[in-house]
Amino acid sequence: MKRYSAFAIAREALRNHTGWERAWASPEPRKKYQAIIIGAGGHGLATAYYLGKNHGIRDVAILEKGWLGGGNTGRNTTIIRSNYLQDPSAAIYEKARSLYETISQDLNYNVMFSPRGVMMLAQTQHEVRGYERTAHANALQGVTTEFISPARVKELVPIINLDGPRYPVLGALWQARAGTARHDAVAWGYARACSDMGMHVIQKCEVTGIRQEGGRVTGVDTTRGAIDCDKLGIVVAGHSGDVARMAGFRLPIESVPLQALVSEPIKPCMDVVVMANTVHGYMSQSDKGEMVIGGGTDGHNNYTQRGSFHHIEETVRALIETFPMVSRLKMLRQWGGIVDVTGDRSPILSKTPVENIYINCGWGTGGFKAIPGSGWGFAELMAKDHAPLCEAFGLERFREGRFIDESVAAGVAH
Amino acid sequence: MLILTCPCCGVTAEETEFHAGGEAHLKRFGPGSSEDEFHDYLFARENPKGVHFERWRHANGCGKWFLAARDTVTLEVYGTYPAQTHEPPQDIKDRISARHPGWTWREFA
Ligand SMILES: Cc1cc2nc3c(=O)[nH]c(=O)nc-3n(C[C@H](O)[C@H](O)[C@H](O)COP(=O)(O)OP(=O)(O)OC[C@H]3O[C@@H](n4cnc5c(N)ncnc54)[C@H](O)[C@@H]3O)c2cc1C
Ligand SMILES: [Zn+2]
Repeated sequence: MKRYSAFAIAREALRNHTGWERAWASPEPRKKYQAIIIGAGGHGLATAYYLGKNHGIRDVAILEKGWLGGGNTGRNTTIIRSNYLQDPSAAIYEKARSLYETISQDLNYNVMFSPRGVMMLAQTQHEVRGYERTAHANALQGVTTEFISPARVKELVPIINLDGPRYPVLGALWQARAGTARHDAVAWGYARACSDMGMHVIQKCEVTGIRQEGGRVTGVDTTRGAIDCDKLGIVVAGHSGDVARMAGFRLPIESVPLQALVSEPIKPCMDVVVMANTVHGYMSQSDKGEMVIGGGTDGHNNYTQRGSFHHIEETVRALIETFPMVSRLKMLRQWGGIVDVTGDRSPILSKTPVENIYINCGWGTGGFKAIPGSGWGFAELMAKDHAPLCEAFGLERFREGRFIDESVAAGVAH
Repeated sequence: MLILTCPCCGVTAEETEFHAGGEAHLKRFGPGSSEDEFHDYLFARENPKGVHFERWRHANGCGKWFLAARDTVTLEVYGTYPAQTHEPPQDIKDRISARHPGWTWREFA
């Protein structure tokens, strides 16, 4: 792999950019791999990367039914934060956030991580208490957050309307080291690094069946033929229920669309991320100048990658209350992604009823922020059958009633 | 946009008049059941790509619960029926079979 650098840009500028090579290879699938990952989203690719980098397992294929990063990884609003409530969440989200700080250097790929700060508005007394509690929990977990005053909110976000009309801003939970990153680049950077380690990223290859013998996985059937493997990782987000069914088990997961939209590009007006959970909307400004806006999920199971119109209406209504200036903005695009939601709003990183099948799912509306940490932990689980980061997130927590309740921290979809 | 007909009061309305209530035909398991049965009743979901049976409430109308057969990929509604039933009515099953020959959902086909 040729490294990207300022020098490479200068060199290519002098020779009409004829020397750039493909970022990753598109190989034909082999008959067998030591490990197969289903799903080339951020979590699948990061898992493969750390399998190679941390555990020396490089005989790996990542199978993707569409194009890499074409699932939720390329559809999210890119918010990265780690101010969750429970200790196991703080551990994995903070691991991810801290890896994001150096991931561009590590992958030699600029993911444009921008720790611009994320603020979660408190607009009811209930929310004030909830976020004060989270700030205390974060202090104990070593995650730096603070509860800030309305005056400080206004200082950080001059375009905000503090006085309501329905819900005045009473304060906010502020994480200064949180922020955003370029979502596609995260998938592309990991894919390039995996390809460089000799792994196969195979696109347009849908898994249609899972083979097992004596309760143990032996391989998968795909639209490009059968492929054998010793270990299988299922990392398919909204499609988890579908793929789990191929392996013969059901999950505590429902799949629903989550929507987002972006405006026409405008001059810089807001340099932090603002989330308003009570009125249900959140917004940041991309480097191109578009206002990136996230909305809500449908209440019913739905695989259409569109979502219901009234959610967009609710989100936009909420944003106009909070940021009156957006009422004049034209919206450019709207889309949806199928998110995999668990009852306790926490992910599943687990062994499964089938030996050597592992599953990483349930990130729901908020897993972009977790990609590096999840890949780190899940790779360890796949390599060693045991990983401290994943321990609390096993499937058995539902049977045992050990929920990791993040319904407050994840109250709005992000 | 999803349009449903409430079988209790006969009103046909857009989805904001209703509230989705999750998977239908869950068999209740309580005291005396095995841990597996209780776990599945509480947590394991079909979450299918395709034919699904689910509970809805006519929240901004007559307030009653009813059941619906719906396709989660095309959003086609195959029909709605009263909640006091253990199995979808035959005409709804026929409509599903016309679209998806050989379909199954839990013990229904
Ligand atoms: C609108 C929206 C906004 C969001 N905003 C945020 C945010 O601000 N911050 C945040 O942290 N998170 C956010 N999220 C959530 C985040 O996007 C996801 O949690 C995360 O991207 C999931 O990554 P993944 O790799 O698990 O899944 P995906 O990126 O969806 O990858 C799964 C892949 O599996 C493939 N696949 C599925 N079935 C098969 C099969 N049978 N065979 C082969 N391949 C298959 C799919 O094609 C897909 O590419 C948002 C999500 C959406 C939809
Ligand atoms: Zn009614």
